[in-house]
Amino acid sequence: MDDHNGRIDAEFAGLPLRNLADAALDAAKSGGASHADFRIERIRGQQVSLGDGKLQSLSDADDSGLAVRVIVDGTWGFASAVDLTPEAARDAAREAVEVAKVAAAMNTERIDLAPEPAHGDVTWVSAYEIDPFAVSPKEKADLLSAWSTGLLAHPVVSHVDASLLQVKECKFYTDGATTATQQRVRLHPEITAIAVTDSGFDDMRTLAPPVGRGWEYLTGTAWDFPAELSQLPELLAEKLKAPSIEAGRYDLVIDPSNLWLTIHESIGHATELDRALGYEAAYAGTSFATIDKLNKLQYGSPVMHITGDRTAEHGLSTVGYDDEGVAGQSWDLISGGVLVGYQLDRRMALLQGFGRSNGCAFADSPGHMPLQRMANVSLRPADGGPDTAGLLAGVEDGIYILGDKSWSIDMQRYNFQFTGQRFFRIRNGKLAGQVKDVAYQATTTDFWNSMEAVGGPQTYVLGGAFNCGKGQPGQVAPVSHGAPAALFRQVRILNTAEEGQ
Amino acid sequence: MTAQEPATPQETVERALSFAKPGGECVVIADESSTANLRWAGNTLTTNGVASTRSLTVIAVDRRADGTAGVGVVSRSGLRPDQVEDVVREAEKAAAQSSPAEDAEALVSAGASDVMDEWGEAPGKTEIGVFRDFATDLGETLRAAEGAGRKLYGFAEHGVTSTFLGTSAGVRRRYDQPAGRLELNAKSGDLSRSAWAGAATRDFTDVDVAALDASLTERLSWQERRVELPAGRYETILPPTATSDLMIYLYWSAGARDAHEGRTVFARPGGGTRVGERLSQLPVSLFSDPDYPGLQCAPFTIAHASGRDSSVFDNGLASPRASWITDGALTALYSSRYSAGLAGLPVAPEIDNLIMSGGPDATASLESMIASTSRGLLLTCLWYIREVDPQTLLLTGLTRDGVYLVENGEVTGAVNNFRFNESPVGLLSRLAEVGAAEQTLPREWGDYFTRAAMPPVRVDGFNMSSVSQAS
Repeated sequence: MDDHNGRIDAEFAGLPLRNLADAALDAAKSGGASHADFRIERIRGQQVSLGDGKLQSLSDADDSGLAVRVIVDGTWGFASAVDLTPEAARDAAREAVEVAKVAAAMNTERIDLAPEPAHGDVTWVSAYEIDPFAVSPKEKADLLSAWSTGLLAHPVVSHVDASLLQVKECKFYTDGATTATQQRVRLHPEITAIAVTDSGFDDMRTLAPPVGRGWEYLTGTAWDFPAELSQLPELLAEKLKAPSIEAGRYDLVIDPSNLWLTIHESIGHATELDRALGYEAAYAGTSFATIDKLNKLQYGSPVMHITGDRTAEHGLSTVGYDDEGVAGQSWDLISGGVLVGYQLDRRMALLQGFGRSNGCAFADSPGHMPLQRMANVSLRPADGGPDTAGLLAGVEDGIYILGDKSWSIDMQRYNFQFTGQRFFRIRNGKLAGQVKDVAYQATTTDFWNSMEAVGGPQTYVLGGAFNCGKGQPGQVAPVSHGAPAALFRQVRILNTAEEGQ
Repeated sequence: MTAQEPATPQETVERALSFAKPGGECVVIADESSTANLRWAGNTLTTNGVASTRSLTVIAVDRRADGTAGVGVVSRSGLRPDQVEDVVREAEKAAAQSSPAEDAEALVSAGASDVMDEWGEAPGKTEIGVFRDFATDLGETLRAAEGAGRKLYGFAEHGVTSTFLGTSAGVRRRYDQPAGRLELNAKSGDLSRSAWAGAATRDFTDVDVAALDASLTERLSWQERRVELPAGRYETILPPTATSDLMIYLYWSAGARDAHEGRTVFARPGGGTRVGERLSQLPVSLFSDPDYPGLQCAPFTIAHASGRDSSVFDNGLASPRASWITDGALTALYSSRYSAGLAGLPVAPEIDNLIMSGGPDATASLESMIASTSRGLLLTCLWYIREVDPQTLLLTGLTRDGVYLVENGEVTGAVNNFRFNESPVGLLSRLAEVGAAEQTLPREWGDYFTRAAMPPVRVDGFNMSSVSQAS
């Protein structure tokens, strides 16, 4: 047993994983399946939320079960079950075969999978120090309460919302050639200070991103929460008094705490091959970046280099092996501003001649069939590039944007609109106080082609979300996006107060 | 029953309650659900599946001498009978260690109707066979579309969730919630034209996929003439699905606690809420009713965890019809017993359906509203709706799958898509006409909220903020 094996949750590791897999795979093959894969998952989540420092909700839930996916005569079949017994595994395999037979009436495109090397029996555990489920809920609530109370002491703060989501995901996968036992841990803390005045209200939230780390994230590793919280009330007070922005076109310096979401929506989803091929056409939508534009589309300016990866340490989409047994990889999606790659699963990789999948299959629960889901899609910083002050210095009249808030993009990923947590005017290369009521709106390729400069590695931060939605039935996936600060020229800014009149 | 065999949900509830420490208070919720789905794209099946889940939630209450109470909430799936006691102990331990719960109240006591006759019946269940006739019809429709040079995309899902609620105060209630939906998206062969229709159903016996496809074929024919229009404010007809997506967001934003704290569009500047204030000059009503025909949902509170306006202490509390907006005036905000107390408003539990009515004179159909339009836009549905400014409840989003120009009572062509910035609250004050409500599938929120009956509405000056190139 290596170190990884030692860290897999003992309760999960103690399940008869291989016996159940044998029962399911044997039944699938007996039923006529040309391919069968099998998962057992236990996803444990705990949510703590406080209102004004008082405990509002504390709940602990899990989602566990097994899943069988088969190909019978070129058609998918999928079934899952909640009981972790050989009988349930066998029945699920038989049901998956039956589903494939019912579904065959509607299938006109044979399912085949790109080959993947056999990786044998492997174990992988994400990078974290302290299992959050080993920390008492009271300790968590007390910490959030102390932070809330500190904020409420400031006269501008009327209310404080505080929450902490924690997930431990244990997953066993086998297709006979690769058997992977994996465990991931992730945390998402959020603290929001709210000011209510006689004329209205406003709020400001922490910029701390969700991360693939353990409890150590809240106690000093990788983020200085006390320092950020100490600044929040004054920033909120300034925002309340800030002038409303005049709509128009402005140069923007965008902090990674905001830019990650723009990357997610306008690049991450647009370079998913299932969207480009139309599989999401009725729901999440398609992509303007269709496959005929591969190696041709000038997506952005020459300083734009985008990678997809499932390997970044502490990344929310990082895995050892995906839900089709494909090893985690890193690859280029956009190079020098040109579209050069997509996110793939095994079926699409073969169908479109990519040879091998780059490992983006993921199912969010044992009850769902894997889909192509997003890798960590990140904007590369410039080696030796400027810090944020250096980027600001290049702006005569503009806006500096931090933190994500509202987001929306169309079903082909052209037209988007984003707001943020904090907006500062830039005048003659320097910050000149906050403004409010700001939204930026653009067409994806116009926006990324207006990117004049990206910051250096010292500005790089891995942002992200727990809840990227896609697919029917709906699935959520955690994903990170790294970005440096970046400079954009002449982007359309709306005044949201005027938009609402 | 052995320790390894699953128990019935009723047995699990009684077993969990029996393990509660003597004199302790406990709420137990056993959920059993099953789902089946089919998905297709480009006239062929893409994914499918069946799934079943079983979970147990134990909510333990630790009453303390100082009058406060700690709460422990533990949910586990796929338990064997011999594991139930562990969950109860885990919840009790969490309750004992917990900080005081702000929403602590007495548990809801059992009334005469709270031990139901149907308590002992087996949980509901669905299976892939629910689609057997539908799948055949769909296969024929897909082949016909392929032959006609159209591409069909879509999704069909059916599920049943049976919830069994038992408490140490004697409540025993169950609810079986079936839910189904069909979404069909038709595109021209070159993908330049796109139309969508959806239907909510409880059992798929009332779904006619061929008829739905025929209606989309007509919509695609409307799109053969293209008209490019700039951003701006337009007289706009929203069909029921678009109305539902905006009104559902309004409903979600109508919690009593945040309004009381001055943090939503329904807060009155300077203190208090806007309950009683007129929002529309038309006699529109927005209400929720667990008994509404075709939209039936649980008539009592089922809370697996507490929230801003929900409380685990309210489990089993009756949730009768509630009118949020009555004849154009805001009349209620949803609440738990705790948040209602904070806000000084009557208790009004959130209910899982939403109906909008324009009053007895609102009888116009979408077709008659088109016929009475001299110049305006007709939308198909809205997409990617997100909140921009909570102070006004300004929302942004996109039009999708067909925006039509109506001139002199007729559809004269298809218009480009737009990004809109609009508030459903502000929109109520600019309603020019409200048609007859009908059951509809919310396009944007259908993953979470499928039970809605809404009218088509005509809005003056709908704010199309920019043009979207998406087709």
